[in-house]
Amino acid sequence: MNTLDRNKLWSDIKSKYSIYFVLAALFVISWLSNENFVSVENLSNISTQIAVGTILAFGQTILIISGMLDLSSGSVLALAGVLSVSSYKMTGSLLISFIVAIITAVICNMLNGLMVTRFKTPPFIATLAMMTMARGAALMYTNGQNIYQIGNYVVFGQGKIMGIPTPVIFMAVLLVVTWYLLKHTIFGRSIYAIGGNEEAANASGINVNKTKMKAFIINGILVGIAGVLFMSRVNGGMPNGAVGYEFKALTAAVIGGTSFSGGIGTASGTLAGAFIVGFLDNIMVLVGVNSYLQQIVRGAIIALAVIYDIWAKTKRTKRKHGSVEAK
Amino acid sequence: MEIKLRVSNVDKSFPGVKALDKINFAVKKGTVHVICGENGAGKSTLMKVINGIYKQDSGQILIDGKPVEISNPIQARKLGISMIFQELNYMPEMTIEESLFVGNWPTDKYGKVDWKTIRSRTLELLKKEKLDYDPQTKLKDLSVSDIQMLEILKAISYNSEIIIMDEPTSAITQKEVEVLFEKILELKKRGTSIIYISHKMDEIFRIADEITVFRDGAVVDSRPKEDYDMETVITQMVGRKLDSVFQKEEIELGERVLEVRNLTDAGKFENLSFSVHEGEIVGFAGLMGAGRTEVMRALFGLDPYQSGEIIIKNEKIDIKNVKSSIDKKMVMLSEDRRRFGIIPVRSVKENVSLSSLKRFIYRGRLHGEEENRTVEEFCKSMNVKTPTYETSIESLSGGNQQKVILAKWMVTDPDILILDEPTRGIDVGAKHEIYKLMTSLAKKGKALIMISSELPELIMMCDRIYVMSKGKITGMLNRDEFSQERIMAYATEVEIQEGVDLA
Repeated sequence: MNTLDRNKLWSDIKSKYSIYFVLAALFVISWLSNENFVSVENLSNISTQIAVGTILAFGQTILIISGMLDLSSGSVLALAGVLSVSSYKMTGSLLISFIVAIITAVICNMLNGLMVTRFKTPPFIATLAMMTMARGAALMYTNGQNIYQIGNYVVFGQGKIMGIPTPVIFMAVLLVVTWYLLKHTIFGRSIYAIGGNEEAANASGINVNKTKMKAFIINGILVGIAGVLFMSRVNGGMPNGAVGYEFKALTAAVIGGTSFSGGIGTASGTLAGAFIVGFLDNIMVLVGVNSYLQQIVRGAIIALAVIYDIWAKTKRTKRKHGSVEAK
Repeated sequence: MEIKLRVSNVDKSFPGVKALDKINFAVKKGTVHVICGENGAGKSTLMKVINGIYKQDSGQILIDGKPVEISNPIQARKLGISMIFQELNYMPEMTIEESLFVGNWPTDKYGKVDWKTIRSRTLELLKKEKLDYDPQTKLKDLSVSDIQMLEILKAISYNSEIIIMDEPTSAITQKEVEVLFEKILELKKRGTSIIYISHKMDEIFRIADEITVFRDGAVVDSRPKEDYDMETVITQMVGRKLDSVFQKEEIELGERVLEVRNLTDAGKFENLSFSVHEGEIVGFAGLMGAGRTEVMRALFGLDPYQSGEIIIKNEKIDIKNVKSSIDKKMVMLSEDRRRFGIIPVRSVKENVSLSSLKRFIYRGRLHGEEENRTVEEFCKSMNVKTPTYETSIESLSGGNQQKVILAKWMVTDPDILILDEPTRGIDVGAKHEIYKLMTSLAKKGKALIMISSELPELIMMCDRIYVMSKGKITGMLNRDEFSQERIMAYATEVEIQEGVDLA
């Protein structure tokens, strides 16, 4: 009995914290394989580089936990970003440009939410449509041209506060916000319940549609912030920017242990997932791995993460035996 | 007459349940053999054994006197056995011709599907059976009875000599039943043996040549129809034994808490009126498909209803969704725990607090300690056995899962509890605990509605029992009038009368 409990505890720890072990192991291996890896500058660079994708990944985490996802976040980021840059050039106000980005991204995500809740479109399709539309809108608004000379707008993405790059600060604050939402609010609990078993959540009195809509709105806020940071970092309003970022974000969430079958995932896991990808990219560049091979490795990591997720799950369900069969 | 199929000493157990106990019976060639019994008597399990879906633990199945091994439905088909399921599983986008040949496509020498042969053979079959369908009609455009007819056609096309029909009339209209019966008579004349599962008395006595009655996984009796009458069949079907004996306590009834007037959702249930008082346990009996669960789902706000009134504590209530009924202190434990009860990947704690999270919110934050304290208190009072409250609910046993879900509802402090098959799929000990809990809730003045397919359980626990059949309440019994035979008569009453009308 005692050993059984201990085994159980150990397997719980393994499944809960395995992602952080992987991150730590990768850190040590990188450290050993290249002396330039562990330096304030390099680590700060990695963190800044992953910040935008990670912020998108927090939104994806919330959506995936509830059994949805967002394919439109890269495109919506671009639309929100160019409108924000353009409004800055018109008004000269950082505050207004920031708000414009958030409002734009929230509206796009409310449309996503409307498609999913009101018209029962699968989230994959709804956000795929939004991905195409938002990109088109960004290109149409800018006539396909980049917006340059953005002046003070660069403080969002290139500034530093007490030596820490602003994107990293944003990432840290939004990590805490996402963690708090998931852990300490009714919204968070509802998200986990809906992803775990939507019908049971509904039968427990949870307003499923309202919660899904909220998830999209929160995702919109995150995408809007990411849009500001992205455009500020690249020194301009780029309607063609951030292509494929939705997949970067999905990658971080999935590697971080968010389960695509819903009901499982954490903000800190996603952050760890983002760092794993960041470290890996960085060390592969440092030791001079062929850039095509880098892609293969990145892909393989995703496959491994998902295989692990499914393997851990079948193991979990196998532990309780046969209660399905007997009536 | 020669024996086509013989089942000899077949045993089958599932974890914790003996589903079939030394089953013996024989089906003669060219006859209709009816198998009847209550829900859970073992009829369907045996048919699944014969059809190769389950493997028997011991015993033999003999066809034409020779023992056969049936390990899957394809093999059963080769041996001349076809089964038409109660729940028709079909692919709505398929055409008639496709569905007739699914899994058995004729191909040319290059492996390409031979549509010409399919077309001509389909037309031939349809013509032979005098069925007027276009082979390219999609199944979704057909009625349930059409699809059922196609299933029979499929069975004929395999040259099946034994056709098993599991409650084939449960989803079709009276007129369609006539068509089905004609077909059955025709098949009989050709020498096909039919095993017909049903608990509808009128049907049984119309088409049966022989009748076998099942109860608790065993054969009670098997005789030619002539030696049976309806009363005998009913008496043999009921009289199940209780797993757990529990002494009901006398509880004084209080005010009327819930009153339902003329609740209707056409096609599911019609003009249902009933009431429940404080401290009362009201039972709902009926056969499968009588509409009991549907009524309760509508009452609880899971499904919409068309008309009728719901009155809680003398106030007319508009139930729009589950939340509105929880707000009115009415909760429902679903019969399908896996589908509507548990959030499998989440912890016991999260499952318990799910419906009352508002209670634990202070200044917008979930108060962890308060939640833990409440979860622990309610889990202890329900006697939930779990290593920790952080353990995921799916690793608990069925009985403990049920207690967790009950705990979830108790945290909401309900006045009215609807319990749909509260003891289904849980072990004897847990059943006893559920009975005890129900009694203590009634003592506290809660109003309880209990749906159960186990009559002894209803008789033991309830103050009154409403009996439903085909979406209507056909009878109401007070405690001193309770008997399994009487309930069964109400549950099948409508059918008996129809049978008389038809004769």
